[in-house]
Amino acid sequence: MELQTLTYIFVGSTFALYIGIAFWARASTTGEFYVAGKGIHPVANGMATAADWMSAASFISMAGLIAFKGYDASVYLMGWTGGYVLLAMLLAPYLRKFGKFTVPEFIGERYYSKTARIVAVICLIVASLTYVIGQMKGVGVAFGRFLEVDFHTGVLVGMGIVFIYAVLGGMKGITYTQIAQYCVLIFAYTIPAIFISLNLTGNPIPQMGLAGELTDKTGFLLDRLDQTLTDLGFSKYTDQKGSSLNMVLLTMSLMIGTAGLPHVIIRFFTVPKVRDARASAGWALLFIAILYTTAPAVGSMARFNLTNTIQTGEVGDPQGNLTYAQAPSWFKNWEKTGLLKFEDKNGDGRIQYYNDKNKEFAAKAAGFGWQGNEMVKVDRDIMVLANPEIANLPFWVIALVAAGGLAAALSTAAGLLLAISSSISHDLMKGVFMPDISEKKELLAGRIAMAGAIAVAGYLGMNPPGFAAQVVALAFGLAASSIFPALMMGIFYKRMNNSGAVFGMLAGLGSTLIYIFIYKGWFFIPGTANLPNTADNWLFGIQPESFGAVGALINFVVAIAVCKVTAPPPEHIQHLVEKIRVPKGAGVATDH
Amino acid sequence: MSNSANEYWKANLRLVSILLVIWFVVSYLFGIILVDVLNNIRLGGVGLGFWFAQQGSIFSFLILIFVYARKMNALDRKFDVHEGEGD
Repeated sequence: MELQTLTYIFVGSTFALYIGIAFWARASTTGEFYVAGKGIHPVANGMATAADWMSAASFISMAGLIAFKGYDASVYLMGWTGGYVLLAMLLAPYLRKFGKFTVPEFIGERYYSKTARIVAVICLIVASLTYVIGQMKGVGVAFGRFLEVDFHTGVLVGMGIVFIYAVLGGMKGITYTQIAQYCVLIFAYTIPAIFISLNLTGNPIPQMGLAGELTDKTGFLLDRLDQTLTDLGFSKYTDQKGSSLNMVLLTMSLMIGTAGLPHVIIRFFTVPKVRDARASAGWALLFIAILYTTAPAVGSMARFNLTNTIQTGEVGDPQGNLTYAQAPSWFKNWEKTGLLKFEDKNGDGRIQYYNDKNKEFAAKAAGFGWQGNEMVKVDRDIMVLANPEIANLPFWVIALVAAGGLAAALSTAAGLLLAISSSISHDLMKGVFMPDISEKKELLAGRIAMAGAIAVAGYLGMNPPGFAAQVVALAFGLAASSIFPALMMGIFYKRMNNSGAVFGMLAGLGSTLIYIFIYKGWFFIPGTANLPNTADNWLFGIQPESFGAVGALINFVVAIAVCKVTAPPPEHIQHLVEKIRVPKGAGVATDH
Repeated sequence: MSNSANEYWKANLRLVSILLVIWFVVSYLFGIILVDVLNNIRLGGVGLGFWFAQQGSIFSFLILIFVYARKMNALDRKFDVHEGEGD
């Protein structure tokens, strides 16, 4: 069967499944709409959290990022998993005990302040909205590449699917579709990885293949990769390129940011008990780790395959490079998409792929008659998307990868949209502007807010503002510097009061935004940056992406200082903190 | 706060502190700060520091969370603050 037809069948049947689930899991109360009636089994919630968390970027881009950054990409691997340890031990069980519907709701009640609640809503909406733009774009791109559908049509179809199950089912519908989406995406990710690992190292477990020996007995995979890369003027795959300080701070920012992202936190409101929230964080990380420990294998193996496909013989031997005429079909297929670009600079009909920015090697290469790196573009997304073709896997695997990429993008988009719509209907409308609204009307408001959020996200996905590429730094910076410290102090520091929390959040948020804007432009408008974004200009050499951890520290310091000089929180708030610290009585707290 | 609630909270903080020290050691210390030293030890075809940065830290995080969940459930029972079946 043709690839196109197969892809339509795979993607079509997964979509049919999601819609089927939507009708089966309709929400009829606000409790079901916001937190799936708090009836989700911890293992099921773990799976849904994994799909919620792993976005189009995790599925499509991360292995490519690792392939080209090598060891330095470890910050993403550790940062995006280590946050679950913080979430499990410092936030999830307590917020579940609190037993309400949204993250700003906890901040508002714990700090007995509508201002605090509104600040939290703003942080949540900015972080989630910037994040969701990338998902919508991912949906459009996946449709474009695999189904040859126009980008805008792709986004519209994606919006339509999310609309059906998120508006109808709210959290309940989203949870069950996320479970299905997790199964699709993890299957799609691991199957090609297993085959590639088998091809290269003879080991079907990619995690072990990473440390394994090549099947041609020429040495270990990573040693050979280091060798091949240095022979071509690149730096070693396993060597550190950035500074240790930035690696530590970026890892910390990503960890704290992960633990503070509202769309992840609210998933832990859906389990029945406090002890389920603890275990569920472990299950979530287990399901995430299956992909995150496979990715380093996929990254290194893809880089190895790519380099060795092109450099077929000795470096410098005139016959040592692949001729363009013999380039495999995947090479030509991906050239058509523009993600791969080849330019025969020295006109020898062969492909030279090397590091021409390395002056010493470039001079040596000129001696071979090479006139510059001829692989002028290798988009890192290809590393996952073209993997099945590079490993000569059957068409159905390629079709599966298409369905997997869409599942990853849609599941994350839905989780983010729910966080946005519940903060509008529950925190702003019910909490601040219309406290007397009936449950039925609030449910309707939730559905309308969801539809509105989908429309805005879709519009921004089709017309991405210039800063779309910067969203990761922004979303994690915001979550790390504003939301996480406020939540943590709310639980662990009984004396923390309203003024401390509000000033802390504003200081953390403000300092992080200013630091990012100084180097990346105010509101990311090109040309408005005050300083060039290079290491010499950074304060203490800290890159803007790593500043979230510093922002969090500023938040803690300011909050504690302000709190010390202002009145302690009232008695009933101190009782509230004592109550959320013990699991007993969680059932009572669920009554809203 | 009653005495037993105080004890429970202290035991909780002690447990979390120990686990977070391990969390820091396997990622920041083994994976970043001491990576070059640990890379002198090899685990098959990969340096130990590199392995911790890309695989070992994640496996450790997993173990940490499940240990935490187990120990906390035991603490809940010991101090009689666990949830009842009906809760």
